[in-house]
Amino acid sequence: MTSESTEKPAGEQINLKDAGLAAFLAWMLPGLGHFYQGRRAKAALYFVCIMGLFVFGLCLGSSNEQCINSEGKIGYGRAVYFSWKKGDRTWAYICQVCVGLPALPAVIQAYRMNHNQKVWCGGFMAPPRPNNDNDKGPNKEQPTLHDLHRVLNRRFDLGRFFATVAGLLNVLAIYDAYAGPVTIAPGVKKKEEAESESPK
Amino acid sequence: MFNLLFADSVRIWSNDVWYALPAIAAISLVYAATRHERMRPIWLHAARVAGWIVGFMIVVGVALEWLSWMT
Repeated sequence: MTSESTEKPAGEQINLKDAGLAAFLAWMLPGLGHFYQGRRAKAALYFVCIMGLFVFGLCLGSSNEQCINSEGKIGYGRAVYFSWKKGDRTWAYICQVCVGLPALPAVIQAYRMNHNQKVWCGGFMAPPRPNNDNDKGPNKEQPTLHDLHRVLNRRFDLGRFFATVAGLLNVLAIYDAYAGPVTIAPGVKKKEEAESESPK
Repeated sequence: MFNLLFADSVRIWSNDVWYALPAIAAISLVYAATRHERMRPIWLHAARVAGWIVGFMIVVGVALEWLSWMT
C-alpha cells in the first residue's frame, strides 16, 4: 500500500494514505474512504448528507397503498431500481449507483425479476412489471410502472431525483477521497478564508 | 401581484418548493466539503453557497410569477 499526501491551501498536509483504496471505499459507502484516511469529521458529513438524501429518496418512493393493476401493495424503495428494458431504461440508475453498496440491491432484484424468481424483501428496489404484463408468475403482486406513477404520483419522480443527486454528490466525495480538497486559486481566495484555514 | 409565490401563505405551506431544502443543504455542504478540510470553513462556505442557491431561486420564482401575472 502506498501512502500519498497532498499539500493544500495554507500549507496544510493531508495524508491520503492509499488514495485508490480510499476512493474505492468512498464509492462503497459515502464517507468510508474519508474514515479510512482518518478524516472523521468529513466522513460523517458526507455520510449524513449523501445517505440522508438517498434514504429520503427511498422514503418518497414508498407507500402502503394498494396497487391498481396488481394484487399487492406498492412497497418500499421504489424510486431506485435498475431496468434496461425497452421503454423503461433507468438512466438515472447510472448516477444512483455512484452511492455504492446501498444502491446495489437494485441489480440483484432486477436479476431475480428478469429470471422469473420471486424478488426479495417485498420488492424493495425491485423494477416494476411491464404495464402490459399479464404473466401470473412469482412476482404477480409487484406493481407495474403505471402503478408507481399513479399511486406515488410526483413522489416517485422526487424520490428518483433525490437518489440521483445523492449519487452525483458521492462522485464529488470520491474525488475528495482520492485527491483531497480542490485547491482554490490564490487570486480568487478571500483573505479571511485563508486566515480561517491556517493552522493555529 | 398579490398572488406572489411568497405572499400567499396557503401556497407556501403546501408548495413542493420545500422539497428543495434538504437538497440545497446537502449540495451546499458536500460542495463546500470538497473545497476545504476544516469544518469551520466548510460551514461558512456551505452557508454562502446555500444563500446563493436560495437567492437565485427567489429571483427566478419572482420573475416567473411576474411573467405569469403579465400574461
